[in-house]
Amino acid sequence: MKKSQKAKSSFNLSIIGPAIIDSLKKLDPRHQIKNPVMFVVLVGSILTTGLYFQALSGQGEAPAGFILGISSWLWFTLIFANFAEAMAEGRGKAQAASLRRTRRDTIAKKLSTPSYGSSYEKVSATTLRKGDVVLVEAGDIIPMDGEVIEGVASIDESAITGESAPVIRESGGDRSAVTGGTRVLSDWLLVRISSNPGETFLDHMIAMVEGAKRQKTPNEIALSILLAVFTIVFLLATVTLLPFSVHSVIAAGHGEPVTVTVLVALLVCLIPTTIGGLLPAIGIAGMDRMVQANVVATSGRAVEAAGDVDVLLLDKTGTITLGNRQAVAFIPNQGVNIKSLADAAQLASLSDETPEGRSIVVLAKKKYGIRGRHIHELEAKFIPFTAQTRMSGVDLGDGRQIRKGSSEAIENYIKKLGGSFPEDLKSNIETISKNGGTPLVVAEHKQLLGVVQLKDIVKGGIRERFAELRRMGIKTVMITGDNPLTAAAIAAEAGMDDFLAQATPETKLKLIREMQSGGRLVAMTGDGTNDAPALAQADVAVAMNTGTQAAKEAGNMVDLDSNPTKLIEIVKIGKQLLMTRGSLTTFSVANDVSKYFAIIPAAFIGTYPSLKALNIMHLETPASAVLSAVIFNALIIIFLIPLALRGVPYKPMTANRFLRNNLLVYGAGGIVAPFIGIKLIDMILAALRLV
Amino acid sequence: MNWNNVIQGLIFLTTVVLLAKPLGIYMARVYEGKPAGLNVLLGLVERWIYRLSGIYPETSMSWKGYAMAMMLFNGIGIAVVYALQRLQAYLPLNPMSMPGVAPDLAFNIAVSFATNTNWQSYGGETTLSYLTQMVGLTVQNFVSAATGMAILVALIRGFIQKQAETIGNFWVDLVRTTLYILLPLSMVLAILLVSQGVVQTFKPYEKVTLLQPVKDGNGAEVQEQVLALGPAASQITIKELGTNGGGFFNVNSAHPFENPTPLSNFLEVVAILLIPAALCYTFGYMVKDKRQGWVLLAAMLIIFIPCLWSCIYFEQHGNPLFNSLGINQKATAFQPGGNMEGKEARFGIVNSAIWAVATTAASNGSVNSMHDSYTPLGGLIPMWLIQLGEVVFGGVGSGLYGMIAFVIIAVFIAGLMIGRTPEYLGKKIETYEMKMASLMILIPPALVLAGTAVAVIWPQTKVSIFNPGPHGFSEVLYAFSSAGNNNGSAFGGLSANTPFYNIALGLAMFFARYWLAIPILAIAGSLSRKKIVPVNQGTLPTHTPLFVVFLVMVVLIVGALTFFPALVLGPIVEHFILHHS
Repeated sequence: MKKSQKAKSSFNLSIIGPAIIDSLKKLDPRHQIKNPVMFVVLVGSILTTGLYFQALSGQGEAPAGFILGISSWLWFTLIFANFAEAMAEGRGKAQAASLRRTRRDTIAKKLSTPSYGSSYEKVSATTLRKGDVVLVEAGDIIPMDGEVIEGVASIDESAITGESAPVIRESGGDRSAVTGGTRVLSDWLLVRISSNPGETFLDHMIAMVEGAKRQKTPNEIALSILLAVFTIVFLLATVTLLPFSVHSVIAAGHGEPVTVTVLVALLVCLIPTTIGGLLPAIGIAGMDRMVQANVVATSGRAVEAAGDVDVLLLDKTGTITLGNRQAVAFIPNQGVNIKSLADAAQLASLSDETPEGRSIVVLAKKKYGIRGRHIHELEAKFIPFTAQTRMSGVDLGDGRQIRKGSSEAIENYIKKLGGSFPEDLKSNIETISKNGGTPLVVAEHKQLLGVVQLKDIVKGGIRERFAELRRMGIKTVMITGDNPLTAAAIAAEAGMDDFLAQATPETKLKLIREMQSGGRLVAMTGDGTNDAPALAQADVAVAMNTGTQAAKEAGNMVDLDSNPTKLIEIVKIGKQLLMTRGSLTTFSVANDVSKYFAIIPAAFIGTYPSLKALNIMHLETPASAVLSAVIFNALIIIFLIPLALRGVPYKPMTANRFLRNNLLVYGAGGIVAPFIGIKLIDMILAALRLV
Repeated sequence: MNWNNVIQGLIFLTTVVLLAKPLGIYMARVYEGKPAGLNVLLGLVERWIYRLSGIYPETSMSWKGYAMAMMLFNGIGIAVVYALQRLQAYLPLNPMSMPGVAPDLAFNIAVSFATNTNWQSYGGETTLSYLTQMVGLTVQNFVSAATGMAILVALIRGFIQKQAETIGNFWVDLVRTTLYILLPLSMVLAILLVSQGVVQTFKPYEKVTLLQPVKDGNGAEVQEQVLALGPAASQITIKELGTNGGGFFNVNSAHPFENPTPLSNFLEVVAILLIPAALCYTFGYMVKDKRQGWVLLAAMLIIFIPCLWSCIYFEQHGNPLFNSLGINQKATAFQPGGNMEGKEARFGIVNSAIWAVATTAASNGSVNSMHDSYTPLGGLIPMWLIQLGEVVFGGVGSGLYGMIAFVIIAVFIAGLMIGRTPEYLGKKIETYEMKMASLMILIPPALVLAGTAVAVIWPQTKVSIFNPGPHGFSEVLYAFSSAGNNNGSAFGGLSANTPFYNIALGLAMFFARYWLAIPILAIAGSLSRKKIVPVNQGTLPTHTPLFVVFLVMVVLIVGALTFFPALVLGPIVEHFILHHS
């Protein structure tokens, strides 16, 4: 992955500058109201500012300097929270800007009729509409997303994917989609534009990273509700303190009722400002991490769902196994010399350019020293594989006819010639299948010679990745067109939980529906048009960037690297997003314990001097206690911005261990940390004689 | 270490936990409609009730239908109790010729009993006729308890059912709870209590000659005393079993005719926690994972036991002011020692404290000692247990559904912390459930804090506060905590039978009950419609000790954070003043 090259450090000067300006702009109440927790802080800030001016005029409820201190730190709390959001957006914007540059001033060659060689006019890319056909030639930038309708060309997609190796795009099949902003390196293409301006892939990506079109995800809404409820509860707890205090003053016969300034300070300290302030930043940063992993999600909802995935459907070929099967053994029939089987198999494969065919030639040479001969010397005629016969072979000049193919195909062939299919062959075939191989039956005329065992080569390290997934609670299912026996063996070798053999688009769709009705969340990757229905049905559907337009439209994410194991990355990012929210919520609420011990004795010590026993941190004066708590509350937001942007680290382990670890760090840590922090701030304030 | 306290506490807890399983299984079978032992006897009665009232027991209701039925039934209950009180002078079974009850008090009492709160700002023996007590209050004691249990069962069905639109039939749940669970248990307990000397009679009050004449306030000699009587045993059994708590007599279970002996005291205090504890087992049994039930019971006990221990400790530790009066507060073989002010000599420190903690942990509210007379921190414990939202045991049904609401909040936070959208018992917890469950941590504190705030600044109400200083504040805070969480016990020291308190506390009780019950039914309906997500390695297990600890932390932190400032101005500062001056 090209992470290193794309990743930017969290604190980049070119981002911080604009972020500071943005964080001031975001003080606009219309922006703040979207976040109820921070809106309460805004109201508190305005209120205390008013009280400060009242105090300046000589009728203050408390010394003007104290009110000013509280008020300014409340404003800082707001600005810090806005800064976090601006930082997250800034990182996305930087990325978006570089994406945008690729699109600037593209001139498109719009064709009058959709055929190569017809006349074209040069127009600006922004005037193109869906359905227009353009010509792109070597050196041109593809103006908009589209579908190749004619031609083959190599294309540099590094602007989008960061991958410098060129890719081939051609009409028809699964490699026909091109992306706006990429560059044609050689040859030409006719492209039918598939989206209107503003709806292209690049636009999606820019909108995504900028957070412009960010909608709150369901989980974020649920958390916001909880935070709003906490805010209301603490609002009640502090607002009612005023009458309680008035009553207490009368009952005790001395002291002054608690000031509004202190109550506002208490309120802001209690409401979950830490998570409330960082919540937007966490969401944006999650998207950003997706983009850095070279995945574009169409919605935040999909990213979140990724964290919940139960089942992963993976295509066998290319994902679990290397693309091609290799011959590993010759198994002759009774009465057939193994060497003559190898010889016949090699002859039948001499002109077979498929990887399987080549591997047979190589195996025969390596094991039995049979050298490859030239097909012309033998005056042989190669019989290519066709979908009808489902076998290939060779007719030699001396009249020998050798065929190789699947057992059913050869069985039909032999029976037509009047031959028979011996029992021991059948058992050999079965053994091979059971072991995950593919049997290739070789026959000469109507005599069966034996079987070539082809084997899928499972990718290195894939087993460990699946074990990791299992520890995360994710079940892996292999999708393959192979027969069930072969599929079972490969699935076992790769360490997968289940498989779907002889898969068709219908059976895939059915499998997904069944799993979903059992309450599971299904993720899958796909690239072909025939994957589209299944992609549309899956909860998390990652289309390969090399895939067809249909697949991309059906999915809710596109992997620009076209790497099927990327799903694992996506799941991690989804989980991280939730974990960061959860951990900071716990931290935020746990913080309140210490703030009570700072502020409550300070607020009521005038009325009840014996409450000094609750000042367990031995804070210098009531004023410094309240101020220290407020300062801590503001600074902690700044301290946690890197964590919010980076996300809480995720390692696969059981849910219970995970909860225990995070509770220790963010729960217990959240209780202890502010005791230390507030005490330190108080000591500094006292040393500087600020209070 | 006072071994008497330890042993009595242990016997009490062991009895409750041992009885939880058999009763839990029995109740689960009743709710699942399986044969439970009493069907032979009561099946016919049940079918007749359905036939006479036109109930079709097979029809299952949507959550809205269920909620409507529940509200209709409770609304009628409130109206009937109100009418009975207002008209009792014209109705039979009124040997002491009690006049009609004032409208504000009648409203308060009607709401109080229908909501399973049983706050009493009146003395039963000086206010209500036998008919009102029996047909009004005792009936509400049964059906208000049954309402809570029915709502819980509907919620449990929400977890069991897959993609179902309905959550059961309210009338059937109500009838089965009353007929198969509450009535048989009450009958057994009533007979046991009568054997200890609890009264059960229609006779008018008895006039007896004092053995030792006393002098009244004016110095005149008093020779005779009126002994209040009545059908008490039948009401106080359900008062304990149904976590109602409304005493037949004014001094509640401190009265010798309600609670005459240590044995009757033991039976009654066990009865307070019996059904709430057993319902945890019922829950586990019905969701087919008994560990889930034990987990909730364990969470409750983890909060309960330290509270019990602290309350006993502070009371046994005594009051420093008594030392200056030369009172011996040492526990000996002849005296319990400690702070015995406001406690019955026959119960001593430990049985008073067990009762105080049990009655406030469960939303029972009956008392056998004056909570007002407890040491500041000894009295803080009962008040705080109420403020936790009555989820540590809590009311029958309502306590457990409240705890489940906390579980929903806990799994939500825990789920986020492990990177998974939360689920509980295979049901995804989403925005809708969170909205409803959040009301659980919002409504009771709102009622308590707002009510207390109004009460302490409203000029006319200040005269109701007898005690100066923080103690007077504690009394008001306790009253609103009790009403706002449907507990019903009183700190005392507050003259609450005024129009302000009757109406304010009446409204608090009403909203605390139904503004939570209806959202719980909404959760039941929403959960019912969901699929059940299969368990895998990534699922957060909710049966582990870790989860118990986490759940306890959520309950405690939310409870503590909400009420800490108010408690500081009440019992906590009172404690410091007492010990540092």
